[in-house]
Parts: sequence; C-alpha cells; structure tokens
Amino acid sequence: MSASVDAITSLKGKFPSVTDRLSSDCPAVNVPTGELIAVLQALRDEQAFDLLSDVTAIDWAEGASPRFTAVYHLYSTTSHAAIRVATPCTGDDAAPTVPSVVPLWPGANWHEREAYDMFGIKFEGHPDLRRILMWDGYPYHPLRKEFPLAGIETALPDIEVAEETKAKVIAAPMMGGPFVASAGEMNLTEAEPRAKDESWSERSAKPGA
Amino acid sequence: MATDFAFPDSAAKAAGAEQEFAPEKMSLSMGPSHPSTHGVLRLQMELDGEVLTKCDPVVGYLHRGDEKIAENMTYNQFVPYTDRLDYLAPLANNMAYAIAVERLAKLDVPARCQAIRVLTAEMARVSAHLMGLGAFGLDVGAWSVLVHSLNQREHLYKLFEELTGARFTTSYTRIGGVSRDIPDGWLGRVIAFCDQFEPALEETLSLLTRNKIFQDRTVGVGIITQADAVAYGLTGPNLRGSGVSLDLRKDKPYSGYEQYEFDVPVGSKGDCYDRYLCRGEEMRQSVRIIRQVVAKFPGGDWYAKDARKIFAPPKDKILTSMEELIQNFMIVTEGPQIPAGEVYFEAENPKGALGFYIVSKGGGVPWRMKIRSPSFCNLSILPKICVGTMMSDVVTLLGSLDFVMGECDR
Repeated sequence: MSASVDAITSLKGKFPSVTDRLSSDCPAVNVPTGELIAVLQALRDEQAFDLLSDVTAIDWAEGASPRFTAVYHLYSTTSHAAIRVATPCTGDDAAPTVPSVVPLWPGANWHEREAYDMFGIKFEGHPDLRRILMWDGYPYHPLRKEFPLAGIETALPDIEVAEETKAKVIAAPMMGGPFVASAGEMNLTEAEPRAKDESWSERSAKPGA
Repeated sequence: MATDFAFPDSAAKAAGAEQEFAPEKMSLSMGPSHPSTHGVLRLQMELDGEVLTKCDPVVGYLHRGDEKIAENMTYNQFVPYTDRLDYLAPLANNMAYAIAVERLAKLDVPARCQAIRVLTAEMARVSAHLMGLGAFGLDVGAWSVLVHSLNQREHLYKLFEELTGARFTTSYTRIGGVSRDIPDGWLGRVIAFCDQFEPALEETLSLLTRNKIFQDRTVGVGIITQADAVAYGLTGPNLRGSGVSLDLRKDKPYSGYEQYEFDVPVGSKGDCYDRYLCRGEEMRQSVRIIRQVVAKFPGGDWYAKDARKIFAPPKDKILTSMEELIQNFMIVTEGPQIPAGEVYFEAENPKGALGFYIVSKGGGVPWRMKIRSPSFCNLSILPKICVGTMMSDVVTLLGSLDFVMGECDR
C-alpha cells in the first residue's frame, strides 16, 4: 500500500486541489472535475497506475450537491498498488457531465457507456456514447435513485413487433411489494423491508397498469 | 454465316467488371442465440469477403439489474444473486462478495472459514475452466474434450452438493462466515477427486495440446498484445496469456492465499493457444492449492463468533435462548449492520478480477453496489482484435476469451 500513499503525496504536491477521500480500504482522492484528466494522466504515466479496473458513478439522490460522483479505480501491474479517484459531475441533474478518459484508456469505453446508460452521465469526448445494457431509445436511466425497483412501463424496443402485438414492457408484478429495505441508520420500523408505497399493493393497481 | 457479335472495348469491359465486383461489404449479425457465442451475445459484424472489417458486440440481453436490486435489499439477501453472475463458478463469486462486505465492516473471519473459502473457490475454478475448455474444444471441432470435462465437472458438482446442498447455485458464504461447516469425510472425498482428476486432466489436455488441427486453429490467432491487454483492462487468464504476470491471489493475497504455494502461468504471444495453455496450467495449480489446503486444514470456528450484529447465531440457540432469538430477528429484519464507508475489493475469479465496489451509509443496505465483471471488460477488446481476422477465427477467439454473459450483463 505504501506505493499508493507515496503516489498520493506526490500527486498533492503537483495538484494542490486534490484532497483525501474517506475510504475503508485503498487510498482515495477527490479531484475537481477540471483536473481529472491531468491527474489520471499523471497517475498513469508517472506513478505506473496502468490498469483502469473500473469506472462507475454514484447517485447521491435528488437534492444532493453534487448529485453524481464519478469514481475511477486504478491498479498498477508493476507495484500492485491500487488507488481510487473520485470527481463530482458538473451540470444539472438532466445532463451531469465529466470528461471522458477513453483517450487515456481505451478500456474505459464500455464502462463509460454503462455509466451513461445507468445514470445519464455525459462523458465529454467519448467516441461513441450510446446505451450498452438497455436498448437504444430506452427513455430512463435505471440506476438513478428516483427510478422504481419494479421498473416503469415502456414501449417494446422493436416498433414493428409493438404495433403488431400491442405488447409493452411492463413493471415487475410484485404483489404487495416492492419489499424495499432502506439504507442508513434508522429505527426498526423504517429499516424493515416492507411495502412502503401503498399504491403498489394488491388493493390498487400498479402505476400505469 | 455472318456474325453480328462485336467485341467490346477492353477498357470499358474492365471498368464494367470493376463495377460489377466492387468490394461490397456484407453485414452479418451473429447471435444473440448462436451456439458459438456462449450465451446471449450478439456480434454485429461487417465482412469484406471472409475478413472482418468491423465488429460491434451487442451486450445486455441478460441484464437483470443486479446493482439496482442490491440497493434495495440487505447484504445477506444479495448472496444468492452473486451465484448468478459467473454461474459456472458461484462459490468464487460468493467468496468475493463476502470478503468485500467484510472489508467494509472491518471484520476478520477465522482461519478455518478462510480455508473453506479458498478450497471451494479453487474447486470452482477447476469446474469453470473445465467448462471453458470443453466449450472451446467444441468451438474448434473437438467434441470429445467436452465429454471428458463434463464428466469431471460432475464429480465436482457432487462434492458441491454435499457441502452446500446445491449443485449449481450454491449461495454458500455468509457475511462473516459460511452457511455450514464441512461434512464428515468430505475432505477425504476431495482428495479422492484430486487423485483421479490429475491423470484425467492430463489425458483431456493431451487431446488438444499437441493436436495439429487444434494448433492450426489457435496458434497465432487472435493475438492480444501486452499493451492492449492492459489498456483494455483485461484480467485473469486472458491478461496472463498476453504475458502480464498479474494474479491477485499472489499480488494482493486475500483469505490466506499467501500460505499456499502455487505458480502463475504466463503466456508469451497472447494468442488463443496461449490462453488455452494458461487455463490448463491453472487447473493443475488449483489442484496443488486444494491439496495444500486439505493438508493443513485448520480447526476452530468456521464463522466470526464476535460479529453479533452481522452473523446469525446457530439455529438451536435461536430456538432456545431469548438473546439469540432477538439477535437473529434483528439481523433478518434490519440486515447485518455495516458501518458507513466505501470499499472496492477484487478477487481473482476464474474469468478474471471480479470486483465489488460498495458505498455504505451505514445500516443493513448498501447505498450503491457496483459489480466490476471480468467478462464485461474482456469482451470490450473485441472491436479492436476482431478487425482483420477471418470469420471462422472469431469463433475461436470467442471460445478462447471464455466469458459468461450472466456476469457481463449483470
């Protein structure tokens, strides 16, 4: 781990705006969005963090500022140290933005497409930013906190099939559910996994059904 | 007899021919239901004759929203979902997930629990590589390899069933331990399996290793350079096949892997044949680890007894003692109590580094859980390496990458 600690010390010398990030395992830093590319490039070229393990994002729920954080996990194939770099997304909730790291690591291509698909984060400079897990034309970003667990009724991806069969993608049939547990320290009644939204129960129809 | 046949101008003929045989590219869609794509993967390809000029993998047909589901249930409830990531090695997934949450909770598990986990993970590695080997052989036309490897995998599944109660979706680990201790005499049966497996493995591999047809199909095909492999974030045998010696069991040991002796096989060229050789050698090394684990199998507890807010007490205590009843009730209703924080843990799974990035705000439910699946990263290099290869080599390439769509799409 000392290689990562040294890396952070020299990184802070070069970029004064880099701050420590709370972490339970590997060293982690917060980086302002504008310096993200420069910091990652310095880590790759000067500190030998050559393998980009993962790119992902966190949604801190509506009203949080910043609402979205992009997270990068780097690994060094020579010193076997790991480091986590996080940066807040700029822009409004509809189109949060961070610069793309595809020019540094071509392997970031699919990770960024996934983060765009799931959270709607725009990676500026990405060569081919389209959905990857959901189909093209899907209207929602499912990992955002306001998206319900059961899903939302939408049209089928194939328009011809949809016209012929009149079928739709429907929300999951969760009788009496969804039995959702809540994150955070709270009392038993609040934390218990139970149907919180009564509009989803057997007594009344699901939204949009 | 007069003829009215006129010889056309040769230049005009050549121009016409060029137009007629202009290199027109064909687009071909392979999958999502195709025997060579190993699951629901679709390749949208552009062909110039037999040679690929473009390849765009379409993934997501098996997307189940595991990360969304994880945000809505307690940590223990998510264990069965990890079975369904790389469903050829559920025991290894279970272990990776359990260790990630334990790191977040700063919880140490006893040596016996670690040994059980290492043992099951290595057995899962053998079973996953056997399946990968069989399917790869099938892809290049060697039927008998699949039959041999499925036979051996069956022996392993019998052992898994005896240990976990399930052959396929084991859900064996718990946060802070495993679901039950090993049965009486089970270790002996594991060694008996190893004894008959080692010669059987050599026999199976001998069907391919020096096989001229197999070598013609794989040597020099689908070369991934060392620089590309690292730049695209490849892990596991696919990265090692390209000559990068990176094995998290060696480089960042977890669950007591530092106690065991094993070698990390590394390829030299990075072609399909090297990746095959790496997997074959990894199975031998896994058997070596299994023997070492069994030889020094530690006694003691098989779950963390002090983790009162995380690991449920034994069933007989729950039914007879008030305090344990309350403890169990709290764990079931509120989930294991994990402190706030962030953790990213990668385990060396059969397909590569399976990572769990967990963001917790405290309590029994993760705020965000990202699953970094090795198959997803390994497939992302396809558009790069497929260009310029023959159509029939794509099948070989897919077999050699050895991916699982359940893990790729999550």
